[in-house]
Amino acid sequence: MTGEVSPLRVYLLHAAIILALFALNFMLPPYHHGLMARIMVLAVFAMGYNMLFGYAGLLSLGHAMFFAAGMYGTGLAITHFGTGVPAAFACGIVAGAVLAFAIGLLALRTSGVAFMIVTMMFSQVFYLAILYFAAWTGGDQGMVLQQAARVATLGPLVLDLSHPVGRYMAALALFAIALFATLITVRSRWGRVLVAIRENEERTRMLGYDTFANKLAVTVLSGTIAAAAGSAFALLFGYVGANFAAVQYSILPLLWVLLGGAATTLGPLVGTVVMYYVTDTASSYTSAWLLIVGVVLIALVLFFPKGILGTLRERWAGWLP
Amino acid sequence: MVAMTPLLETRGLKRHFGGLKAVDGVDFTLMPGEIRAVIGPNGAGKTTFVSLVCGRITPSAGTIVFQGRDITNLPAHRRVRQGIAYAFQITSVFPNLSVYDNVALPVQRTLTDGRSQKALREGAMEALQRTGLADRAGVPAGQLAYGHQRLLEVAMGLALRPRLLILDEPTQGLSDGEIEDFVRLVQEVASEATVLLIEHNMPLVMRLAHCITVLDAGRILAEGTPDEIRENVAVQQAYLGTITGEAAA
Repeated sequence: MTGEVSPLRVYLLHAAIILALFALNFMLPPYHHGLMARIMVLAVFAMGYNMLFGYAGLLSLGHAMFFAAGMYGTGLAITHFGTGVPAAFACGIVAGAVLAFAIGLLALRTSGVAFMIVTMMFSQVFYLAILYFAAWTGGDQGMVLQQAARVATLGPLVLDLSHPVGRYMAALALFAIALFATLITVRSRWGRVLVAIRENEERTRMLGYDTFANKLAVTVLSGTIAAAAGSAFALLFGYVGANFAAVQYSILPLLWVLLGGAATTLGPLVGTVVMYYVTDTASSYTSAWLLIVGVVLIALVLFFPKGILGTLRERWAGWLP
Repeated sequence: MVAMTPLLETRGLKRHFGGLKAVDGVDFTLMPGEIRAVIGPNGAGKTTFVSLVCGRITPSAGTIVFQGRDITNLPAHRRVRQGIAYAFQITSVFPNLSVYDNVALPVQRTLTDGRSQKALREGAMEALQRTGLADRAGVPAGQLAYGHQRLLEVAMGLALRPRLLILDEPTQGLSDGEIEDFVRLVQEVASEATVLLIEHNMPLVMRLAHCITVLDAGRILAEGTPDEIRENVAVQQAYLGTITGEAAA
């Protein structure tokens, strides 16, 4: 980030990634086609996480609550109020944004390890609340969204989100929006301030920046992106479940981001793809696939602490954003 | 002579850490355009005093008035916006960011139009040129030599276009040649901003400062021109000792 890099190459690379994902729609066999749609949505979740963790340096262990807020905001709207897809999607996003604002106000009073613990505790509260209000949320059974409720009509445009191609394209559209939003944010002046807060918060404050307000803003942005992913997940795959609010889904985005490279725009995608396929391949050979995942992660931390793209940027391609 | 409003005024300023009275009732007045040095033995409360002024720590008692406005309860980042810039004693640049980004941060904060890429670039490069760092703009700040990091620290302060620039031991660890450049820089800065300088290098203080405040055990021991301070018996006893010899050398 010298302010000198020609932006053209950067934007071309990101556009090429989107185009490649678009082309994959026509090339992938059905199983991988479905998996890739899922991966793109989860990569959006990871991108939201990366905004907070990678760029602003705030390690949250409670992002499952934002993902689940989007998911349940959408699921509850459809199940109990029979809203259409766009309204349900908006409900999910607003739920995530409001929750992120409230959690940010409280959790950002802490930092470091305390911040990790506080976010994790709030997330557990959210998870237990979902189970507790089972009359509304379906408890541990969750909610199934019927196919008829997952057809989006925007004027003359009808998009069936339960159809593989409709699902893939919707996932790709969300992914593209999130990717370019991330790219524009991190290349902006505000992105520079976020990195400054990560690098040295006290110094940033003494340059006249209200670091609390900036951290709150990025928490809301990060939570909103995670909620958009959660909402899309519900709409595309038709299931809203409490397991998506469990602690595991707070750890996963951290792992995806670390694997792909924190504070890289494409790292979340790379990390999610690699992790998903490692898990998938490992589980087809052995029931102890978690062991293999664990070994991969240890190797990663030992040999590539900056993740795949972070290492790439450091050694060969300094221009990567 | 027309009475001027002081730029900065503290009244009864105190900061106690448990039983330690780091700053213990300081009445301090700084006029616009001055170069003021604050000196004193280690532990006299110099850094605590300027930290109170810039808002990094809150006072136990007393008031701070800046440009006629009570800023005692103003958070640090708001004080920076009022025109108080603080260059850290321990070099505190952003090591992983480029030199350019280090100064772009304060510049983009002070830009009022908020948009112009050109204004940002010009402002940042001007601050780098004044400190002689322009040719290193693309280098990560952490890779600069120590003396250059100190200069970058000052450049970041300058880039804020402050009314009051607080420099906390800016020449610590600099070579003689670098100190000469630094003296020129401070004298140039003083034409547009007031400078409050904490410094241990006595010959430098005697050359630069218009007025010197001597702190000892959290209180003001003496205040006056360099010559007055040099002649002050209490100051000599408390701290300076060999100052006349050093200054003559």
